[in-house]
Amino acid sequence: MIYLFQVLNGIGLGMLYFLLAVGLSIIFGLLQFVNFAHGAFYLLGAYLTYDLVERDISFWVAMPAAAVIVALVAGLTEASLLRRIYKLPHTFHILVTVGLALVIQEFVIVVWGPLGGSVATPKSLAGVLIIGDFIYPYYRIFAICFTAVLAFVLYWALERTRLGAIVRAGSESTETMALLGYDTLRINTAVFAFGAGLAGLAGALAAPIRGVEPFMGVEALSVAFVVVVIGGMGSYVGALAAGLLVGVIQSLMATIWPEGARLMIYVAMAFVIVTMPRGLFGRV
Amino acid sequence: MSEALRIEDIHSYYGKSHIIQGVSLKVEEGEIVTLLGRNGAGKTSTLKSISGLLPPKRGHVWISGEETTGWPAYRTAQNGLALVPEHRGIFGLLTVEENLRISQRRGAQWSLADIYQIFPRLQERRKNSGGQLSGGEQQMLAIARALLGGPKVLMLDEPVEGLAPIIVEEIVAQIKKVRDAGVSILLVEQNLAVCAELADRHYIIELGKVVHHATSAEFIADHTVRDRYLGVDA
Repeated sequence: MIYLFQVLNGIGLGMLYFLLAVGLSIIFGLLQFVNFAHGAFYLLGAYLTYDLVERDISFWVAMPAAAVIVALVAGLTEASLLRRIYKLPHTFHILVTVGLALVIQEFVIVVWGPLGGSVATPKSLAGVLIIGDFIYPYYRIFAICFTAVLAFVLYWALERTRLGAIVRAGSESTETMALLGYDTLRINTAVFAFGAGLAGLAGALAAPIRGVEPFMGVEALSVAFVVVVIGGMGSYVGALAAGLLVGVIQSLMATIWPEGARLMIYVAMAFVIVTMPRGLFGRV
Repeated sequence: MSEALRIEDIHSYYGKSHIIQGVSLKVEEGEIVTLLGRNGAGKTSTLKSISGLLPPKRGHVWISGEETTGWPAYRTAQNGLALVPEHRGIFGLLTVEENLRISQRRGAQWSLADIYQIFPRLQERRKNSGGQLSGGEQQMLAIARALLGGPKVLMLDEPVEGLAPIIVEEIVAQIKKVRDAGVSILLVEQNLAVCAELADRHYIIELGKVVHHATSAEFIADHTVRDRYLGVDA
């Protein structure tokens, strides 16, 4: 029974990892841009939710609001700063975005303090589901279902709509998109903002489960990269599969060998890099 | 007749190298005009300068009477100029139909049904991914995509290069249909037989300058010009 819970926890965790990683992966696919500030957007999403809930605003308003605010902040940053460095080598991307991540992290410490806090689960999902021996918090069930629906909608939007085709086409050739009359700078900004907004949403969803603290972004960033590497750069299905894999590995290991739980996800990544360098579903 | 495209004394650079050194030309409405010249003469760069991919440092560009000098490529595309580059720019991971759908623009005179009528092969292969097409089919798709943007002027960069003769005939017939529908065409092509069959007028470009201009009849009659500037005889 304990393993069932851990697998469920792992799926919940994995879906959050997926949300985090898919934004990173789409941004890399379209812009060839390595974004080390992605974890900071997750951090900001979590803290904005925390702040809004503290002000007695309903979680159901706070969660989408946090994601939208993060997307706006990211869009402005892209349009004013990041688009200037796309053409430079990846090391410059890392330099600038690590700097940006530190600025956001310090901003969080200045505004909300260094200690962190907890976010109450929304009242409508406060209890636990009890079926015989099976006891599980409603909020976690909600988080799994919500992200599963979102994952499906995102997949549909990306693969079956004109807008999704535009994003996929842009990641093949921006020059051709310009020749077809698309303002690629605007598409870039929109996609960057959207990817960051997903990270913000992951932060908002995670806040009632794990609370908030100023360094959660760093941890999230490393996990997101692990997921993207395992799944394959730029692959949507890869991000989903790898997110779930990493989440379940981490949760199961937390029971079997708690000290090694974090270690094992890096072992999994190393294994994938050695056996299939492009990742499970990678194209590049 | 009014001018669909006019460029006047444009100069363009790749870094410091001055590759287009004062090219002027025009395409009247409903005309097919070719731009000829040896490899490296500046044909592709001229097309890029007109489209805005390589904005000229000096000179002027007008599309249907509106000055578009210095506009970025996406704006000239929105204003009736389509460039089909030599590499065709097919999105290999999108299906044929997705390639076409993202190219549709409101107000264009062509619908997807019109396109499939001109290019029936594309309808047969609409569920295939762009990467699975043959070279000829990719070229058809690239032209079809350009048309869905509703261009007044279509610029084709070596559309039949490397294609089998039977496919070349098919594409030549399709280009005629496009012209007959009222689209003016500026064509860069090395295949002189194709140029002679399609074009009303010819410009020859050498080292970034227009060195010769002739109507199609004059050009066909004039062996010396072909030998001198193109070093080939068709």
